[in-house]
Amino acid sequence: MSTPLLELKNVTKIFGTKKEYTVALEDMTFAIQENFPKIVTIAGESGSGKTTMGMLMLGFYSPTFGSVLYRGQPLAELDRDTRFKYRREIQAVFQDPFAVYNPFYKVDNLLSIPIKNFKLARSKSEAHELMEEALERVGLRPEETLGRYPHQLSGGQRQRIAVARALLLKPKLLITDEPVSMVDASLRSTILKALRGLNRDFGVPLFYITHDLTTAYHISDFIIILYHGSVMEVGNVDTIIRNPQHPYTKLLVSSIPWPNPDLPWGGTEDMIQKSQVAFKKITGCKFAPRCPYRFDLCETKAPDLFMIEQDRAASCYLYRDNEVLKREELSRVFVEA
Amino acid sequence: MSEPVLRVKNLKVYYYVEAGAVKAVDDVSFELDFGVKMGLVGESGSGKSTMALALMRMIKPPGKIVGGQMILGGTDLVKLNEEQMRQLRLSRLAMIPQGAMNSLNPVMRIDKQLIDGMLDHNVIMSNEERVKRVNELLEMVDLPPKVAKMYPHELSGGMQQRVTVAQSISMEPDLIIADEPTSALDVVIQRQVMETINRLQQRLGLSVILIGHDMGLMAQTVDRLAVMYAGRMMEIGETRAMFHRPLHPYTELLIKSLPVLENKGVFSGIPGITPSLLNPPAGCVFHTRCPKAWGLCEETTPQFVEAEPGRWVACHLITA
Repeated sequence: MSTPLLELKNVTKIFGTKKEYTVALEDMTFAIQENFPKIVTIAGESGSGKTTMGMLMLGFYSPTFGSVLYRGQPLAELDRDTRFKYRREIQAVFQDPFAVYNPFYKVDNLLSIPIKNFKLARSKSEAHELMEEALERVGLRPEETLGRYPHQLSGGQRQRIAVARALLLKPKLLITDEPVSMVDASLRSTILKALRGLNRDFGVPLFYITHDLTTAYHISDFIIILYHGSVMEVGNVDTIIRNPQHPYTKLLVSSIPWPNPDLPWGGTEDMIQKSQVAFKKITGCKFAPRCPYRFDLCETKAPDLFMIEQDRAASCYLYRDNEVLKREELSRVFVEA
Repeated sequence: MSEPVLRVKNLKVYYYVEAGAVKAVDDVSFELDFGVKMGLVGESGSGKSTMALALMRMIKPPGKIVGGQMILGGTDLVKLNEEQMRQLRLSRLAMIPQGAMNSLNPVMRIDKQLIDGMLDHNVIMSNEERVKRVNELLEMVDLPPKVAKMYPHELSGGMQQRVTVAQSISMEPDLIIADEPTSALDVVIQRQVMETINRLQQRLGLSVILIGHDMGLMAQTVDRLAVMYAGRMMEIGETRAMFHRPLHPYTELLIKSLPVLENKGVFSGIPGITPSLLNPPAGCVFHTRCPKAWGLCEETTPQFVEAEPGRWVACHLITA
């Protein structure tokens, strides 16, 4: 197997002081190959560590333990040229389409600065052409967007320009953190379409970080469900959303408000009400305090990931008779159903 | 049939800006019966939040209620002076705000914030009664009694939102207006908060207006659904009927654009953009984006009429 494009190796991220701390991500191992043109969702509640994982991959946080490797080299040790290449190849789209713009500059800036920094164009007209091309790719009319200020555009338009910017750099990996959560429901589909088009047409692997399982189901191929920094269930998104196996995934999926009055919320009262639990003392499975299926073993030792089917695994003792999925082979379950 | 708890008639709220009058709510009429949960949906800029503020009489300049009536249990809210309106807020109608984190006082303990409104409305309570009432309110929203002595920053987003729910019911109003109460929360917490509101609604016989753009949440929680577009009411009806058989083309498109389980990977938005409320299109405001528009739609504004019992719609396809 070739060297992965980006790799998390036993990454743990802890915030806080020695006395009072939060483990945001615990012992995460995961690799993304360059030629893996799929969409992977990282999902979980607030505080599950999903954004932390994205920030670590983008090099905005450094891991407390373990390392993040770009083409086999730890991020902290990249030389200038490799770092430059890393910055170009790994791109991001963030949550807030208002915060990424400087209100004093025209939106052109967001596109022209990367062209300048990465020397993508030899002349001004070439730069302009690139910008127009990128905007058209995400379904925007250049004449209606270029030359405007951020406040003159809608949230959906601004978010699509952010996607266009990422596209401009022909990235090898795109990390998007809640790209549609601040956009009106009716505009979500256009942004998701733009993202999926980018993924399909250019073969760019895409990480979709979200708490919204509805859009995750529609856009992605695979899913990683996190709960308090640990992987609960991982595998094919169709199989997992349609037939969740881990008790936590069951809770999440049953809480999706499907737009169908005949398909009401399901699930047990017990799990739903017990959300406020202290996490410090938990040695076993993190979900055990809320889990209706828990037994002694759950409270003593955290479970491994057990294979359920060939395309998914869950970290739950209910499946302890099955084969163990090694953490470093997490992507083994990323196979089409 | 009994008198509805709220009757809004031909309400108009305009914002006067330099370029002219922005018709944020234009000629909106509807009724809400006792103990009914109604959802009010629309895209950004459809006027749904202005509607909520108007009901609370909290429209600030350059906004103004230009005309119409809002009759809450026999009283026309539009005609009240500020002091009379202040007396009604919280005691007769209350609001659950969008971001709980921004509406709680960061330097005041929760117990004080819960009864602050009651004291302001001259409810006379002994110290024991106050403690008892705080505990009652916390219990009603499933919060432990220890929360009373905490500060907002010690609570999670979902717990903070429950505190605002407890505040809103402290004087047992007839009507609660919830403006996207769960849009900042994730699915499980959102569900907890909504189920708390539902339970209270049944227990206290409240009427609720839930404002939002999440049709999924609406399908799960409300009895009736009202759809607004560009400041006008498009359709009102029973939720299930609206989802099964939308009458207005806008409602139909809105429902079609929703992601469902059976249809993976299909994204269909509504083509076009919302019109400017400064110069809304002549005729039906939706005709510029409506796939079923015809001659009459560009000329005259359709009347908002009761097409079937309990089902109101403003569309020439239905009325003409």
